[in-house]
Amino acid sequence: MDQVVVGSIESNDIMIKVVKGMGIEVELESSLQKQFGTDIINTIKEVLKELNVDNIKVMAFDKGALDFTIRARVKTAVRMYIEKFV
Amino acid sequence: MTSGKLKYIDGYGEVTNYKGAFNHVPTKSTLSKKIVSSNKSCNKLLSNIEEAVEKSGLQDGMTISFHHHLRNGDELLNNVMDVISKKGIKDLTIIASSFTKAHEPLLEHIKNGTVSAIHSSGLRGKIAEEISKNNILKTPVVFRSHGGRVRAIESGEVRIDVAFIGAPTCDTMGNLNGKEGKSAFGAIGYAFVDAYYATKVVAITDNLVPFPLNDISIPMQHIDYVVEVESLGDPSKIATGATRITSNPMDLLIAKKAAEVIIATQKVKNGFSFQAGSGGASLAVCKYLKEYMKQNQIKGSFASGGITAYLVELLEEGYFEALLDTQTFDGSAAKSLKTNPNHIEMSASMYANPHNKSCVAHQLDLMVLSCTEIDVNFNINSLTDSTGIIMGAIGGAPDTAAGADVTIVVAPSMRSRLPIVIDKVTNIVTPGDTIDILVTERGVCVNPKRKDLIDLLERSNISLRTIESLRDEIISYTKLPSKNEYHDRIVGIIEYRDGTVIDVIKQVKE
Repeated sequence: MDQVVVGSIESNDIMIKVVKGMGIEVELESSLQKQFGTDIINTIKEVLKELNVDNIKVMAFDKGALDFTIRARVKTAVRMYIEKFV
Repeated sequence: MTSGKLKYIDGYGEVTNYKGAFNHVPTKSTLSKKIVSSNKSCNKLLSNIEEAVEKSGLQDGMTISFHHHLRNGDELLNNVMDVISKKGIKDLTIIASSFTKAHEPLLEHIKNGTVSAIHSSGLRGKIAEEISKNNILKTPVVFRSHGGRVRAIESGEVRIDVAFIGAPTCDTMGNLNGKEGKSAFGAIGYAFVDAYYATKVVAITDNLVPFPLNDISIPMQHIDYVVEVESLGDPSKIATGATRITSNPMDLLIAKKAAEVIIATQKVKNGFSFQAGSGGASLAVCKYLKEYMKQNQIKGSFASGGITAYLVELLEEGYFEALLDTQTFDGSAAKSLKTNPNHIEMSASMYANPHNKSCVAHQLDLMVLSCTEIDVNFNINSLTDSTGIIMGAIGGAPDTAAGADVTIVVAPSMRSRLPIVIDKVTNIVTPGDTIDILVTERGVCVNPKRKDLIDLLERSNISLRTIESLRDEIISYTKLPSKNEYHDRIVGIIEYRDGTVIDVIKQVKE
């Protein structure tokens, strides 16, 4: 399957996997699911909206990344995905 | 989750709420014990733990105690509990000085009804999680500081029916120490009060020696029975190597800053006294203080508390006159306790009990603590995580913070994405009125009530900021975590060292 992976599962980072999806799909596994789960998903959706993409699925594996890290990782992953596969 | 003004808690009883560090004055007498007698034919040696449990008269609903000096290598508590459980004894209360990773099998004995109440300094792992989420005990866990535990036992607020004391060396009459033998751990400070106040005391050893032992910590007049076993536990996890000073650059940065702050308080001078926690940045503070003491030829009076190999090094190199040791943290420091007369063993009562004639904690000039959370009122949490689950310990933090002239908290401003400086700690363990300075990598904050310290630090050109501005900066990066949701049921009670209730822990909603 066509996919792009960026980031790492080191502390304070987030790994983002992007594949083809139906509309916009976001899945999250986080070490801080309870504290920040909803916020991280919203942040990812916001970035996807800003980038104006559709039919994409983002799988995120978070180890306590700060907001700007999440945004940067998602942007990079989506741009790489578009360059390679769209 | 503060206790508010609760008057009564099911499974605990009447509540006196916290009212300031030194404002609760005791009025009762200490626990008195039935007088017993002995004669020449006294034979304490029993053949195994089962016989000791039988002879001790242990029954349903009684209270037993253990110490945690055997660290992660402890197999004794599990072995004793297995014997008790097989005999079908139910509803016991365990009063432990603390629990370690080695005690996870206790979960089974909670589930099968052998144990129905726990008192401890701390709790971690699966047991703590099951209590926090599923309330598997019938009564709330009572958490006490090391000083608070002694106070509760001496005052008779809790009564130990049978104490089981793991003794790395013990003679046939029950004289014992923790310093010698294959399971040597060093100071046996937490067990003194158990031996003095329990109705029956069982010493269990894997190094039985002829009477009399020459280096006695706890003497024979307190011991009812002696049991020889093959092993108290895994020696590699009991006799641990030296705790290394952290190499984490963030911790070192904080420690270096903390040392500058400490020096600016003008407390580091000949004859000063000092204690630091063993974790993260706090132990590293010693390293930077040492450099200053060397340059200025300063020799301290004592360092105290849990003693690590690094503090032994400082003693041996002449930076302190003495070490006062209630719990030797490293197996390798146990040798020093045995051989160096200036490395002095102390009971937990001498260390930290607020309700006796004097304790070492009250003689401290400087105390360095770490924490998991601190709030804008300088209250500290070290017992629950940000989701409200029990995962830590009180230790000696409230005792030393109350006693020391200057108490410094060292902590990173965030861990992973979690803010450490927040509006309100998840649970209060050490009250903010006993905390003076916070040092993080993003700045130094002084408790506004310490105008004297603000003045001293400003004169040394240490830039200070308000704790509110620090909180705002941190939250601007991390955002606020979701609020926790709790059931009404109380699963833990946090006693302040004087026996008042400073906070309660509620069952968390999944």
